[in-house]
Parts: sequence; C-alpha cells; structure tokens
Amino acid sequence: MALLLQVNNLRTQFKTERGLVKAVDGISYYIDDHEIIGLVGESGCGKSVSQLSVLQLIPTPPGEIVDGEVLFEGQDLLKFDPNGKELRSIRWGEISMIFQEPMTSLNPVLSIAQQLTEAMELHLKIDKPTARQRAIELLKLVGVPDAEVRIDDYPYQFSGGMCQRVMIAMALSCNPKLLIADEPTTAVDVTTQAQLLELMKDIVTRLGVSLVIVTHNLGIVARYAQRLYVMYAGRIVESGTSRDIFRNPCHPYTIGLLKCVPRLDELRGKKLVPIIGLPPNLINMPPTCAFLPRCPYRVDRCMQEKWPELRLIESGHYVSCYVDIWERQR
Amino acid sequence: MNRLLDDTLVEVRNLKMYFPIGKGILRRKVAEVKAVDDVSFKIRRGRTFGLVGESGCGKTTVARCILRVYHPTGGEIFFNSQDIAQWPANKVQPLRRNMQLIFQDPYGSLNPRQNAGSILGEPLKVHKMVNSSREYEERVEELFRSVGLDPSMADRYPHEFSGGQRQRIGIARALACRPSLIICDEPVSALDVSMQAQIINMLEELQEKLGLTYLFIAHDLSVVRHISDWVAVMYLGRIIEITGWKELYENPLHPYTKALLSAVPIADPLIEEKRERIILEGDVPSPINQPPGCSFHPRCPIATRECSEVVPQLRNVGGDHEVACIKV
Repeated sequence: MALLLQVNNLRTQFKTERGLVKAVDGISYYIDDHEIIGLVGESGCGKSVSQLSVLQLIPTPPGEIVDGEVLFEGQDLLKFDPNGKELRSIRWGEISMIFQEPMTSLNPVLSIAQQLTEAMELHLKIDKPTARQRAIELLKLVGVPDAEVRIDDYPYQFSGGMCQRVMIAMALSCNPKLLIADEPTTAVDVTTQAQLLELMKDIVTRLGVSLVIVTHNLGIVARYAQRLYVMYAGRIVESGTSRDIFRNPCHPYTIGLLKCVPRLDELRGKKLVPIIGLPPNLINMPPTCAFLPRCPYRVDRCMQEKWPELRLIESGHYVSCYVDIWERQR
Repeated sequence: MNRLLDDTLVEVRNLKMYFPIGKGILRRKVAEVKAVDDVSFKIRRGRTFGLVGESGCGKTTVARCILRVYHPTGGEIFFNSQDIAQWPANKVQPLRRNMQLIFQDPYGSLNPRQNAGSILGEPLKVHKMVNSSREYEERVEELFRSVGLDPSMADRYPHEFSGGQRQRIGIARALACRPSLIICDEPVSALDVSMQAQIINMLEELQEKLGLTYLFIAHDLSVVRHISDWVAVMYLGRIIEITGWKELYENPLHPYTKALLSAVPIADPLIEEKRERIILEGDVPSPINQPPGCSFHPRCPIATRECSEVVPQLRNVGGDHEVACIKV
C-alpha cells in the first residue's frame, strides 16, 4: 500500500458578520491506495468543508483556507491556483466527489448522456461517440437497467437511488484514484442505501480506487471503512482502525455517539444515553476542548489547558483527550 | 362493547385509500394509486405501535386516514370503539382533540411568524380547553416544562430555537389538549444523532407519565425496535408482516423484512463481518401499476412463478405472528 493523499494541519475559516468560524481547525489525515476510510461526525462539525477544501472548492470570500498542506501523490494541491489548469485536471480527473442529494447534484435540464460525457471529453480527450459508448458501459457497471435507452433520459425520470448510481458512474468516468462520497446515502431508503454502498465498495475494490465515506452513521463506517476519523467542532478527536475504535472507543464524544443510538442487536429496556447539551457554536470558540461543556468525564485539567493534541493510545489509535477513560473505569 | 374491558384504542379494518389520477381538462379518472390497500391492525391503549417501511409505502397515508385528514376509500377505523371512517368533517374536528400528530420536519412544521407560546396555546383555544387567561398561561407554562424547555422562552420565534428544541415545541403542541393518541411521523429522522436520543427518551417518559398511545412511523428500524411494542412492516400499501417487536426482530419471516433488517448496519465491525447481507435488486415499483400477485415478487430472492399469480393474504403462523407470503 502506498500513500495516496496526506492532509496536514488543514485550517479553513469563514469570516462572518458575527465573527470568525473555524470550520476546519487543523486536521491531519491520510489515505492509502485501495483503502476505504470513514469520516464521522454530526452536522456542522466540518466534515464536508474539510473535503471541499481538499479540492479548493470553498467559496472565497467568505471562506479561506488559511493553513495546511494537501499532498496528493506528493504534490501540494493548496499551492495550485483554484481556477488554474493543474487543479482543474485533478478535480474529477484524479479526485472525484459524490454529494448527498443526488437529485440536486445533477443538472435537471441536461440529459444523463450529456452530463456523463462532458467530463470524459474534457479529461480523457476522447470524441463524442467513444464517450457515449463508455458512458453506457459505466451505467451498466453501476447497475442501471436498459442503459442504452436510459442514457438519454433526464434526471427527473430516475428515482433517487438511480440518480445516485448515475452520480457514481459519473464520478468514476475519468478513472480517478480517489473518490470522496459526502453523505452518499443520507437521502435514500435503507434498502437502497445497502445497494449503493455495496456497489461502491465492489467497484472501488475492483478498480483499485480509494474511497472516503463522509457520514454521521456509525453503522455504515463499521460495515465498510477500514480506518476512521471522528470529527467534532472542526477537529479530529479520535482516529484509528474501525476495529480498534469500536472495540475500545477512547474519546468521550465517540463513546457518547455509540451509546446514544439504538442498535438492532442490543438488549431492550436499556435507556438511550443522550449526549447532553448542544453542539457548540463555532463562532469565537474558547481555546479549551470544545466537547468540555457536554463531557461527562471532564477533569480540572480540561478547563485550564488548551484543546489537547492527538496522542497515541495503541498502535495506530489516536485520541485527543486528557482523560484516560478506561483507566478511570477500571 | 364494554369499553372498560377493551384495551384497544384504535382498530383499523381493511382500510383502503385510493387516489385518482386525472387526465385531460376534465381530470377524467384514468387510473388509481392504491396508496393503502386493505390494511388492518389494532393499537392497544398505552402502547406503541411501530409502522415501518420505505418511502412511498403508505405509512403516512395510514396516519392521515386515522386522523381523518383524508376520507378513506373503504374500510373501517375504530377510535374509542366508534367507526370514524366515514364521519363528516364537522364531526371529526372535535375528535382531533384526542389524536394529535408530531411531524418529521421541525423546521417546516412550526409557523415562523408565531411565537412559541402562541404555538402551544392555539390548540387550547381551538378546542376551548381553558376558561380564563390565567388558566391559559398556566397551561402553556406547564407544557413548556413538560418537554424540558424554559417557559421564559415563550416569546421567542421558531428560528431562535435549535432543531431539537423545535421538535420539543412540536411535541408540546401535540400534548396541549391532552390527547390519548399521538401519531409520531418520523419524529427523529431530521435530527442529529445526539439529539435523537434526547427526543426518544422524552417520548418514552411522556408515555409513562401521561399514559399516551403512540403510532410510531419511522424508516429507521433500530429506532422502531427500541420504542415499539407491536410492529407492522408495510410494502407498497400493504402490511406484509405484523407481530410483537421481539418476534419480528428475532424471527423475521417475510423476505422483505429480512432484507430490511439486514440492510441496517450495526455499529460494530466484528459483528458486521459475520452478518449475512441480503441486497435487494431494483427499486420499489410504482404504486400506479403494481406487479401482479405479490407486489414484492420482482425483487424477492425466493419468488417462484406462483408468487406472480396469487396475492398473498396475511395469515397467522402462530404466536400472533402474521405474515403475507406464500413461501413461509
């Protein structure tokens, strides 16, 4: 396995009338070739902004990437001009993205054929008939029935799940090395969700593409991701292999997330343990740990010192917390 | 019927709700959408009845028929042992004091130009539940407290609240006229996971305290499992399996129920590695031209030719477990 993408200390901020929003506040992560990683967190924790920052898709102003490196195969993507040629060839050519709402990410007034072939003609420099042929093959690959006919349909003629299949086909059309799926199945039903995720997993393994799944659903990452990063208020609070994190969650937020969702295999009669309070407002945050007001494990040190850096717990498993939760419970 | 002995609050028998599809200037009826077709179930007092299924399967239509927002095409709806299915609108209106609804979208379901206090107070006025302004204010205050909000927030408008707080206001509004039945239509799907647990716990506490009966509609099977006593699974307007929660989750019989359950991931990689996954093919067919026979047969992994010929009826397979599949 070789390193594909490494993000170091990425910071993205938004200037608003009410103050500075540190949407992504110094996150570092990496993804290897042929790997599936998960990025987990609730809405507003900076998951999507961090992924958009990788491709410099943040609207500037108000947004600004103030610091960090995004090393993709050794090149720092943040050094490129956001409207320049290099970055344009990487977007969709090397790194492609699938968004949450399949219906709104497709253009309603263009047929599927037009939308699918456009990127291929630009990136792969192939002519229209070849692109169309390849588009049909891609649609077959993602399981759209009657691909030859349906390629000339418009997005409204497809169901949500089918639209998302078209998006997956589109994202794979230019042989990318990395696919970022930002909440790919939030808007669809459970059986469709299972279909789509299974399809994505199959295809990325077959084509050797790396996949980042951005989601709030811990079940999905448990099923598909090899490693995961848990985000809270713009930072990564815990990272490690899925096995380690689910077996031995060490950050109070991760523990809280795992306890507050009902599971299909748990005993019933157990009350859910909600995470008390509300997610923080990201404007003008205090320097202490952002989870502190909601944390049941807090100690004096948390109130006095800055947000802790990630520290190693066991091989490959990092957590940003002063408290040794498992020590305390023993 | 002796009401004291009968603990059934709602009974739906052979409920049908067909919507006409019109065409041309005269909107001539050319076809029908069978949104709900021959649905029967009972909800016992003080219990939670879970209704699961994917979008478009008719869950919400069932709820709206019970609330008599719709005029059902056929069937009977017994509420407190009275058949309300064909009642005229003016007779239904006072009945709604006893049945209330909690909506999915906490943003869309509150009037942005009404403050929280008057949102909660309106049902009291409509149903003439209070006699004096003092009583009104006391009741509104009590409602705020009952859902864990501070009564001093009464002057605020919906945009000043977070999603979880808005959902609490929606619940308080449903409680305002002391109903016996509350229909929860996807009450937590629009909330963040950490908020979901707060709302679910609160619904459970309120049920215990006030003896409420819930019809709980959701597509999240783990939430339904957590809260329901009795569960029905719907597919294309029909109930395909109905039984107690334990039986349904431990011994699902209908292939669709099995597929639904296997589609829900469990937050534990070790369990996930070993689980059998049933991935259904294709999409839910359109309810306008449903497949002949069992409507699930085109996607069913165990379907045979017979399945495309016979419409399976719900039948009891023992232990109050009913399933509509000829292969079981």
